[in-house]
Amino acid sequence: MLAKRIIPCLDVKDGRTVKGVNFVDLRDAGDPVELAWQYSEQGADELVFLDITATHEKRKTTIDLVKAVARQVNIPFTIGGGINEMRDAEILLNSGADKISINSAAVRNSQLIDDLAKAFGTQFVVVAVDTRLVDGKNYVHLRGGRDKTDIETENWIKEAESRGAGEILLTSMDHDGTKNGFDNGLLKKINDTINIPLIASGGAGNQQHFVNTFQQANVDAALAASVFHYGEILIPDLKETLRKNGIVVR
Amino acid sequence: MIGIVNYGAGNIFSLTAALDRIQVAHGMINTQEDFDKYSHVIIPGVGHGGAAMKKLQDTGLVDTILALQKPVLGICVGMQLMTSFSEEGNADMLNIFPVKTLHFDKRISSKVPHMGWNSIKIENNSPLFTDIPDNSYFYFVHSYFIERDEATVAATCSYDLDFAAAFQKNNFYGVQFHPEKSGKFGEQLLLNFSRF
Repeated sequence: MLAKRIIPCLDVKDGRTVKGVNFVDLRDAGDPVELAWQYSEQGADELVFLDITATHEKRKTTIDLVKAVARQVNIPFTIGGGINEMRDAEILLNSGADKISINSAAVRNSQLIDDLAKAFGTQFVVVAVDTRLVDGKNYVHLRGGRDKTDIETENWIKEAESRGAGEILLTSMDHDGTKNGFDNGLLKKINDTINIPLIASGGAGNQQHFVNTFQQANVDAALAASVFHYGEILIPDLKETLRKNGIVVR
Repeated sequence: MIGIVNYGAGNIFSLTAALDRIQVAHGMINTQEDFDKYSHVIIPGVGHGGAAMKKLQDTGLVDTILALQKPVLGICVGMQLMTSFSEEGNADMLNIFPVKTLHFDKRISSKVPHMGWNSIKIENNSPLFTDIPDNSYFYFVHSYFIERDEATVAATCSYDLDFAAAFQKNNFYGVQFHPEKSGKFGEQLLLNFSRF
């Protein structure tokens, strides 16, 4: 059976791994390549790197990182951050990235999803969506949750799927950094409306939170950062817990 | 030494990186003469099956591939190229294996693409899986699957329906998953192939 995936997310700034609590004060948690290799050894199913300072000038650092990861790590990985045009994506693909994640650029120019999917295949295109509840409705937010748009999250995700997104990475900004669990109500609602994989993100604090999101929202994968980086949850322990709860894992 | 057929279907950085990790020498095949330099051949492939077949035909290497006596491994779309026909672009393929490449869509209720780690059942004592336990997990990303044929199947995977995760016939082998992205067992499979 297809296994549920556990995905550590590594936020990268200037070639180093950081994790922002609610995306504000950043703490250093090590060398991304070393960390990536350790995660793959522990049994992580996939990795996501978010380059949070990606600019044109710093692009080379990111490309070097992608190449180093592709050389040393034997599981799939996604790179996101600062991908605004086809050329950015193509360079990352040729450097060994399995998937790219686009967020604000897709909201600003949704045609980018179609173009990327057509050129490189839908499996290459992860659309990351940051959502926040405002007056009882979920709206897409940009810039790490700071800027509200007028686009309703559910509508945006459906549009992204129809344009060729291969996967959705949905981060609840209301839950992110709280360690109170994933937003399973929203995740289930979204998951019931789409036919592409959904990755839950934001709010993981303990192992039970992963059990809950797989059981309650039936998501395909769950992503977390700090609980893994600081060793609060070890991936082999987490997989054992999931297995005991009848969830298929690798 | 493994030669990788370079016909422009997808990036091969991950594949060459995996071969480097297991210390298997490799190079690129661009012309008919290049085949003579290598003991083994890998046909990679990502993307659209029909388009990949067109690109392979454009290289003019098809007849040489069909006549090869040395071990040949097709990966993902590279495996699909070895089938008789693909619903992706309704394309006639190399027809090394008498099976078709079909779309998951409308045949299953689960999500398409089939993306992630799935377990496989080893069949016909396939040497591809030497030193790999039965029911091991491999990484798949595909929307089209290959029919399971009792005589040639090397591993079966189940995603609402059973399909060929790997097949073998004479010197030709194919895997639907990505061994270069499938952890230690994927690397073992590539190592096994390099020793054929």
